[in-house]
Amino acid sequence: CANGINAKYVSKKISKTRWRPVSSSSLQQPDIFATGSWDNEDNSISIWSIGENGVSSMDDEFEGDPQLLCEYKHNGDVLDLQFLDQDRIVTASSTGAVTIFRHHHNSQTLSVSKLWERAHHYPCNNAPCTGVVCNSPEIVTVGEDGRIMLFRADQEGVLRTIEKADSSAIHAVTFLRTTEILTVNSIGQLKLWDFRQPGNEPSQILSLTGDRVPLHCVDRHPNQQHIVATGGQDGMLCIWDVRQGNMPISLMEAHTSEMWEVHFHPSNPGHLFSCSEDGSLLHWETSSNTDTPSFLQGGRNTSIISRSAIAPAGGNQSLINAWLTGDSSKGHLETTHMLPSQMLSVNSLDVLGQCLVCGTDGEAIYVNRHVPI
Amino acid sequence: VCIWWPLVLTTLSGSAGGCPFVHEVRKDEDIYSPILRKLFNESHHIFVGLQRIREDLPSKNKKPQFVSISKNYRSVIRACMEELQQVAGIVSILLAVELIWNLCEVLFIDAAPAGSLVLHLLDWVRLHKADVDEKAREVLASESPAEHQAYWDVVISYVLQGRMDEARQVLVKQAALQPAARVMFKLLDNLLMKMPIFNVHSPGETQTLTEFDVKWRHWREEVDHCLQDQSFASNRHLEDICKILVGDEDVLLEYKELLSTWYHFLVTRLLFSHPTVKPTELHYYAQSSMHMFLDTRSVPEPLDSILLAAFEFDIHQVIKDCSIALNNWWFVGHLTDLLDHCKLLQSHNLHFGSNLREFLLLEYASGLFTHHSLWQLAVDYFDHCPEFGRVYLELQIERVPLDTERKALKVIRICEQRQMTEQVRSICKIMAKKALRNNRLGSALSWSIRAKDAAFATLISERFLQDYCAKGTFSDLDLIDNLGPAMLLSDRLTFLGKYREFHRLYGEKRFSDAAKLLLSLMTAKIAPHSFWMTLLTDALPLLEQKEVIFSADQTHELMFCLEELTSGKSVPTPDKPMQVLGTHPLTLYLMAVSLSIS
Repeated sequence: CANGINAKYVSKKISKTRWRPVSSSSLQQPDIFATGSWDNEDNSISIWSIGENGVSSMDDEFEGDPQLLCEYKHNGDVLDLQFLDQDRIVTASSTGAVTIFRHHHNSQTLSVSKLWERAHHYPCNNAPCTGVVCNSPEIVTVGEDGRIMLFRADQEGVLRTIEKADSSAIHAVTFLRTTEILTVNSIGQLKLWDFRQPGNEPSQILSLTGDRVPLHCVDRHPNQQHIVATGGQDGMLCIWDVRQGNMPISLMEAHTSEMWEVHFHPSNPGHLFSCSEDGSLLHWETSSNTDTPSFLQGGRNTSIISRSAIAPAGGNQSLINAWLTGDSSKGHLETTHMLPSQMLSVNSLDVLGQCLVCGTDGEAIYVNRHVPI
Repeated sequence: VCIWWPLVLTTLSGSAGGCPFVHEVRKDEDIYSPILRKLFNESHHIFVGLQRIREDLPSKNKKPQFVSISKNYRSVIRACMEELQQVAGIVSILLAVELIWNLCEVLFIDAAPAGSLVLHLLDWVRLHKADVDEKAREVLASESPAEHQAYWDVVISYVLQGRMDEARQVLVKQAALQPAARVMFKLLDNLLMKMPIFNVHSPGETQTLTEFDVKWRHWREEVDHCLQDQSFASNRHLEDICKILVGDEDVLLEYKELLSTWYHFLVTRLLFSHPTVKPTELHYYAQSSMHMFLDTRSVPEPLDSILLAAFEFDIHQVIKDCSIALNNWWFVGHLTDLLDHCKLLQSHNLHFGSNLREFLLLEYASGLFTHHSLWQLAVDYFDHCPEFGRVYLELQIERVPLDTERKALKVIRICEQRQMTEQVRSICKIMAKKALRNNRLGSALSWSIRAKDAAFATLISERFLQDYCAKGTFSDLDLIDNLGPAMLLSDRLTFLGKYREFHRLYGEKRFSDAAKLLLSLMTAKIAPHSFWMTLLTDALPLLEQKEVIFSADQTHELMFCLEELTSGKSVPTPDKPMQVLGTHPLTLYLMAVSLSIS
């Protein structure tokens, strides 16, 4: 198997994979992850274990298959999945429902802890809930109905509804600050929402000046709250500075079809990961240590074409600006394919510590425990 | 069409008892379908990899690759088979499938020549007769192995499979029990050890077939001498072993139960009588073995016919028999595809014009397409059917239910990548209409843009404009204000965007810019005639401003537009019936203003 990564076939198309969080103080690598399925008559969420990480050996990149711990039936496609905390998982369903599942560690079972069945809906039908993001106990969800919903895990009802937030489908959401979120939609707009403001208007709208390509994913830089990355239908990776007005800072060709997810590494934000309908998973690496641009150095996998939309303000060589320039000569940006070729769509990925997990339409899960970061 | 059933239902045959039997498996799809899904997914991955092997590589370099791919397929089959056994307790038809595939790999893909042919066939038999090792373990684990009732069965089985080292290890136990017969045991042990094996891979030793043949005949004579000398007369078992070593067919047939199949009998015969058999000679021995082994009255099983056809190197017959007997497109489709890549199939034009490989793959993929989830795999198979694949795909892809946007996007992407523009348009239209029904104008527009569907974009714009006329305000400003280049998709959409821009300019008190825009909407014919009345009414407040906003020329143009509207050149719309505007306050007002300016 290529790149030291092994496929685990699971008999369901995987729409979402997420690591269970590990406490930031411990240096432990993650060992539990959750998956959600889609396009099945019976969809499910499942909890997997990759076993104890004892002594790490350099050649065993795949110490055994992930083991299924437990599984629970899920109504509708799992369109998004997040860990609320160590024991609870929130899912967004294509039926428009938002569900909190509880994982019982002792009995290794799952149960439904809370269900908001029609969180997202049209006047007469269900509308898929497309994204969920948590900051325990708060849960924010978005859907194809163009609504933004705010829940609390410990309360029955809805905390707040932003009606008619969007005339098109909202595809993803992320927190910018504890009271601010960012959504992306199917007409290529990023919208900032401030929960401290009443009303249904976004505080800011950003979009590309060119074609309004639908956006599918968004992620915020872990340390810099104004830097976000987005990906969409055309497979381009955009880095935005939300303070700096209406245009992305850099645009990079990444994939040949839809980019489904993009993630900054939570503790090493000089690394970014993206996955796509074209079956690839890319690892983007920035460093400003070398003077030589990546494409002049040998021995690496792929170099990408990058171009800046505008010149960045300030010119210091920090890692953050390396993202902003997207320019090989100033910083140092290279990409690596992390999966073998000829794959069906990689729908989801998650990265934590040195571990990466992803799921595909080929009904397989891939785990890499030695991501070079 | 159920895709699981043919892979699970099993007919095992070729047993020593002779009677065929069919396992009726409980129709518990939930149990075995997840396991079989892995088979479909993993084999799809291998299939796609195979198609992408570069055509320009010389065939010499490709053979190891093809063998490796064949082994990959087989290991996937075995994994699936074992899991079915473990989890579902089903002895599936995959057992027969793997047996046949393995033989095809040995004979056709690896194409072992004389000498190594027998060794490959031995491996094949050993792989499918794993119960020997189980029995051996049981015997050796017992208190007194040499006295175990299955002891001699184990020894003989090992010999029949050509596993001399194992046979010798087990024989040692018996030898220990009979110190008096030490010499006899030593003699047999020696014979077993010295049996020549044709081995082209031993380092530093290249043995030609002739050299081997000489060695082997020499050894055989030695064994024969021992028989003639009655060296083993006192022990029936040892004598039987000796007779097996010289290929005594009568003795071999006495051990039918241990052999259990005629093809095991065949390979054992070859090992001890014709180890240098050529591939072209195989069929003769295969036929005679089958006749000797099976009850002459019984009808040959489908499996037997298939294996016989393989030994006769009649690939087409193998495929044909497999298709009929196994009723299972997965197996014949993938195997035939692999054989085709090895250039082993002559192009056989079937009566409907396509070739065999394509026919089988189309059948398989069509079955896959009926599955609610596995349809995605089918796409790749259609892609690699050059004659009819595209047509099949075009027909089938429109039947995939589009329950979510996410799924529709994936289906559209598949169509776009194959320039199936008709299908893209029709799917986008379905999604756009759905969105429109739910009053999601932004989503509807997004779908129209994807399909480059100007007509639908016009429809959406009309909806907006109707809303505006009804309510006096625009809905979904976030959309209209941010149309960007999408505005150019349809004239009506352009008008909508520009009209909204007019309102914005007015709101920002940029009156002269607003006025210019408003006028251009009519003079450049961007605005539909049905809307001109509204536009002219919008001009009123601008005219009423203290400062002069419309220049003289612009006012004249306004008048001209009004005339055009009232003179009958414009087409009345159902909600704006033809108005006689001669005495309309607007007309009088405009005339007044124009007079005041000029």
